[in-house]
Amino acid sequence: MSTVGDIALKVRSKNAGPFWLTVDIFCGTPDAYAQISGALQSATVAAALKVDVEELKRFDLADLNVVKFSAPRPAIQGTREDRDMHGASFAVLIASLTL
Amino acid sequence: MVRVLIPSGALGLGYDRAALARGIAMKPDVIAIDGGSTDSGPHYLGTGTSKYSRNSTKAEWRELMAARAEAGVPLVIGTAGTCGADSAVDWLLDITREIAAETGARLKIAVLKSGQPADALKAALAAGRIAPLAPAGALDPALLDNCTNIVALAGVEQITAALDTGADIVIAGRTTDTAIIAALPIQRGCHPGGAWHGAKIGECGALATTHPNSGTILIDFDETGFTMQPMGEGVRATPHTVSAHMLYENSDPIRLYEPGGYLDVSQAIYTATDARSVRVEGSTWVPGPYTVKLEGARRSGFQTVSIALVRDARYVENIRAWCDDIVTKCTAKANARVEGEFGIELRIIGLDATLGALDTAAQAGTEVGVMGIVTAQTEALSMEVAKMLNPYLLHHPLSEEEEMPTFAFPFSPPEMPRGAIHEFCLNHILTLDDPMDAFRIDVIEVGA
Repeated sequence: MSTVGDIALKVRSKNAGPFWLTVDIFCGTPDAYAQISGALQSATVAAALKVDVEELKRFDLADLNVVKFSAPRPAIQGTREDRDMHGASFAVLIASLTL
Repeated sequence: MVRVLIPSGALGLGYDRAALARGIAMKPDVIAIDGGSTDSGPHYLGTGTSKYSRNSTKAEWRELMAARAEAGVPLVIGTAGTCGADSAVDWLLDITREIAAETGARLKIAVLKSGQPADALKAALAAGRIAPLAPAGALDPALLDNCTNIVALAGVEQITAALDTGADIVIAGRTTDTAIIAALPIQRGCHPGGAWHGAKIGECGALATTHPNSGTILIDFDETGFTMQPMGEGVRATPHTVSAHMLYENSDPIRLYEPGGYLDVSQAIYTATDARSVRVEGSTWVPGPYTVKLEGARRSGFQTVSIALVRDARYVENIRAWCDDIVTKCTAKANARVEGEFGIELRIIGLDATLGALDTAAQAGTEVGVMGIVTAQTEALSMEVAKMLNPYLLHHPLSEEEEMPTFAFPFSPPEMPRGAIHEFCLNHILTLDDPMDAFRIDVIEVGA
């Protein structure tokens, strides 16, 4: 079984303002894009980030071979509960999802 | 055509001097640089201070001021001093005055302030002029009084007004990252979709190129779109590096909301004009109500941090139980001995300190760090409880039937006060009749 990280070139997560997190899956090739875009379920991503799937935004960008997800941050940036000021580590959760 | 030179993604980050010199030789109409964002966290807006060192800021700003004098065009900085609060604008103005005094420069400086008094916002809230953005809810007026700083994000109209004073330098408080770049092209009649789109591509300097750290880029705006070219030697912009930048720190890669409308890039066409430049056409600006985004930060307590290191294999193996037991026992002891609310948290560095409960694959190695975080409403209480936590981190046994263990501490004293902590607490927009209603411009002459 392959993970998203095995197939994609790179998975990046960043803040999109203090209240949102965004994860960019750079698939690298049309084949990898088709595989990830086709098999990666939004519900799986939402569960990994522990957010409601209704709150998850998804963009399948074939021109860029990118699948992008944005979600309200699990903890607002910089609050007591936040552990990652720049949201950089959430990419690992998505990269480790099995397809 | 309007030519905008962007020295780097932010003042204080550094840039390639040869690339900047090449850009100046290309005779730009304006030099625009960003001074901050929320990405560094709530401390800076909460305290109205800059993240970057004063000396680094001054060294780079001095070079940009010299480049501006050589080019003979305005230099614009947005979100001065990391957060764009009024005090951060004053901080950069003070640095600018120092440089002008040292170099004997005569300058006209337009200072654009974005700070928002709580009372004015309470009146706007009562008048139905403040609305929440997802995932925020309705705004409680009391929250406005609790903010130590509130800013509104200026757009192109306010930057244009500042440029219209004939200033050599515009020092702006909080603006959108794009406004400082898009202002002059829009004022001079360039394609509005192209202006906003090019500004978004350029706001991080060379991040939308093959060499993100090379800093300087040049964007030519015209009636149908824009052309972006990097100034660094051997650096290339490609249709992929440029189009992929719409993803960067954006929750929506297609629509970008700005004061007075939104940019839609769904129909944008990216073409390589040569081996290193990219032409973009087809993006649209969709005008809407004139709203500006608000940002606010409030103090949320005081923290004291301690770090203990655990290397004993049996303790590493049982680290979670050890930490849970310490939190329970120390909380009970502190409750009996202090007045006031406090919270004790132990994060296990080397296990799941980064992702917490989201990390289902966490695995400890040969050692872990235990970071004790005590949060309270006063600094004294946070230190007092942190001192009660120390004996546990130093000697707490896994069972009663064993010799007293001792763990490693890298410092004496082990308690590190973090001072006041802050949090972002506004995610709302304010409707304005006139873009200047919530902003102020002062014109200052120095060296005259």
